[in-house]
Amino acid sequence: MLQGFFQVILVLMVLVAVAPLLGRYMAQVFLGERTWLDRFISPIERVIFAGSGVLHGRSMTGGRYVRAVLVSNLVMIGLVYAILMFQGNLPLNPTGLAAPSWDLGLHTAISFTTNTNQQHYSGETTFSDFSQVGALGFLMFTSAATGIAVAIAFVRGLTGRSLGNFYTDLIVSITRILLPISIVGAIALLMAGVPETFAGPVVAQTLEGATQHIARGPVAHFEIIKELGENGGGFFGINSAHPFENPNNFTNLLETIIMLVIPAGLILTYGYIVGNPKQGWLIFGMVFAIYALFIVLAAVGEYQGNPRINQVLGGQQPNLEGEETRFGPFLTALWAVSTTGTMCGAINGLHDSLMPTGGFVTLSNLFLQIVWGGQGTGTAYLFVFLILTVFLTGLMVGRTPEFLGRKIEKREIVLASLILLIHPIAILIPTAITLAFPETLSGISNPGFHGISQVVYEYASAAANNGSGFEGLGDNTLWWNLSTSFSMLAGRYVPLVALVFLADGMARKQTVPETAGTLRTDTLLFTGVTAGSILILGALTFLPLLVLGPVAAAFNLG
Amino acid sequence: MQDFIISIRSIAILWVLTAFLYPLLIFLIGQTAFPYQANGSLLRNAQGEVVGSALIGQTFKADKYFWSRPSVIAYSEGDNANPTGLSGGSNLAPDNPELLKRIQAEAQRLRDQGIEPTADLLYSSGSGLDPHISPAAAEAQVGRVARARGLSVEEVRSRISQNTDGRFLGVFGEPGVRVLSLNLALDRL
Repeated sequence: MLQGFFQVILVLMVLVAVAPLLGRYMAQVFLGERTWLDRFISPIERVIFAGSGVLHGRSMTGGRYVRAVLVSNLVMIGLVYAILMFQGNLPLNPTGLAAPSWDLGLHTAISFTTNTNQQHYSGETTFSDFSQVGALGFLMFTSAATGIAVAIAFVRGLTGRSLGNFYTDLIVSITRILLPISIVGAIALLMAGVPETFAGPVVAQTLEGATQHIARGPVAHFEIIKELGENGGGFFGINSAHPFENPNNFTNLLETIIMLVIPAGLILTYGYIVGNPKQGWLIFGMVFAIYALFIVLAAVGEYQGNPRINQVLGGQQPNLEGEETRFGPFLTALWAVSTTGTMCGAINGLHDSLMPTGGFVTLSNLFLQIVWGGQGTGTAYLFVFLILTVFLTGLMVGRTPEFLGRKIEKREIVLASLILLIHPIAILIPTAITLAFPETLSGISNPGFHGISQVVYEYASAAANNGSGFEGLGDNTLWWNLSTSFSMLAGRYVPLVALVFLADGMARKQTVPETAGTLRTDTLLFTGVTAGSILILGALTFLPLLVLGPVAAAFNLG
Repeated sequence: MQDFIISIRSIAILWVLTAFLYPLLIFLIGQTAFPYQANGSLLRNAQGEVVGSALIGQTFKADKYFWSRPSVIAYSEGDNANPTGLSGGSNLAPDNPELLKRIQAEAQRLRDQGIEPTADLLYSSGSGLDPHISPAAAEAQVGRVARARGLSVEEVRSRISQNTDGRFLGVFGEPGVRVLSLNLALDRL
């Protein structure tokens, strides 16, 4: 147990060391300061800007920004849907795979464009190398960059700057953040054993004479952006538990850190951009505390193991169902909490087979959406919670609520509430419909309370744009493909649009000078109150589901 | 309309960058600098035929071989895996009666063979391709393998330690015995 927690603490120390470096760098990039990469990247960027027609990209108004986000994402969905549906006629298809069903193709295109990467298929048996590289791998960059661009526009607006140009921020996110880290990381993964080939599966005669089909593919370049962009869609069906995606504990450490580093760093980036690094560190600390608590809960559950199986074993041993020997219970638990917290959604062990405490924390992460949170959006949601907390505490003490020197008024609260409310709407309504028809719609594969969790998890994962799942669920059906598409679209674009309008409105306000009567948001007390409002506003809605699912399952297990 | 044109232009250029040039670069680096890893760490026998991958487990049933963990996809062997290959786990919840039933049967089977089961020998892996077993699971089988091969237990133990992956930097992860490499090494004795 001590050895296990020692590993986890070391991983977290690496994160705390790396996040500020990237956070500072991202602030430099988006404030237009000089960085050491300029010499290599600026010439390439100019070509891309010129080719895209945004060489002199002017700052956009809220309405134009929203239109740019929606139109570009719609074009991406269309392009990728076409590639997937015509993969039978496209090259790089060594196993001769035909097109998926129309609803699976649509679900997959929406899923990867919204940065969700929910997969109702198994990669090696469904999509050709061309589809994986040319369609899904492409969206892994653009969907992540869309999230970063909106997050940066949001903080620019909050600080009274103009929002910026969506296309230039989209391109800069890729050329200066996602692509350089991906190239270095992909080479590291290659060296450690992750394949990169277009040769198709290899057939082996095993030592006992059986025929083994070993799926291969261009995995290394795909794997790194999968983690870095909080995408999470595995090249293979079983994602980062597959030895070709995550062969050893070097790759596991690298992938865990890479998955966390942008959402964690971006919180500090916000601190630098608003000119108050302390504010960034306080929120970082608050999120870190919730994250650490969740890791302890999940890890202890896995380490203590399954009481029913321990009786068969004649002693206490960890739960290893759905887990790999090389990672063990602690690194599997750490990954599960990180991947649901950051909305990555990649897995290195099966969440369906986690102990109830693991189910509890992974679901809680999907409900809260801010334990680091999604690419860009997580940090933005944290600041939305700050705004709401300023409003609430302002009401309590009778002061005019102000945030970063700007008054918070009706419009801001309406938009913030919309961001908050769309999440339960996109989860609870489809969950209720699905559970009303357990035989025809649900596809539940585990009996009892856990079956309810399977359905809730699928919609929560879709609405939070996470993409992991309790994968026993029979989810490649017309109903599941279309209903989760609704949750993904609602969970993605309603908050993105609201964030842009919220920022646009804030940017236009007169600043109010700070006085002794101004409520300071960069104090420990205020951060504590924020944590409280997050738990009340974000978690209470979902408490009944947690009780019906993992909590009941825990009591049932004894 | 203007948005539509800019979108198409920027998407076309970003597609070339991220879906063509970037994968091509990594592919070329892989195939020239690290061809062994880039092609799946394949293991070959003396005749040069592929017998498996160093990173992927296999099914073993004979007494002279160390046995792997249970796999619900039979280690991507047989007709079901033809032609694409498979991966996957049981997705059974901890309180699913099927899990208990399967594990009781497997524990009985192992005990009948004189092996005291460890957790990893009863629980099926997530990938269905786990190349490792725990050192304790190897130790539980060492007597059987030594008897079947007419080797001393010490001899077999030394092969086990040669084919064990330790923790990364001595800290991260759990140690694991590479079952396929170990069995290959024993065959070559």
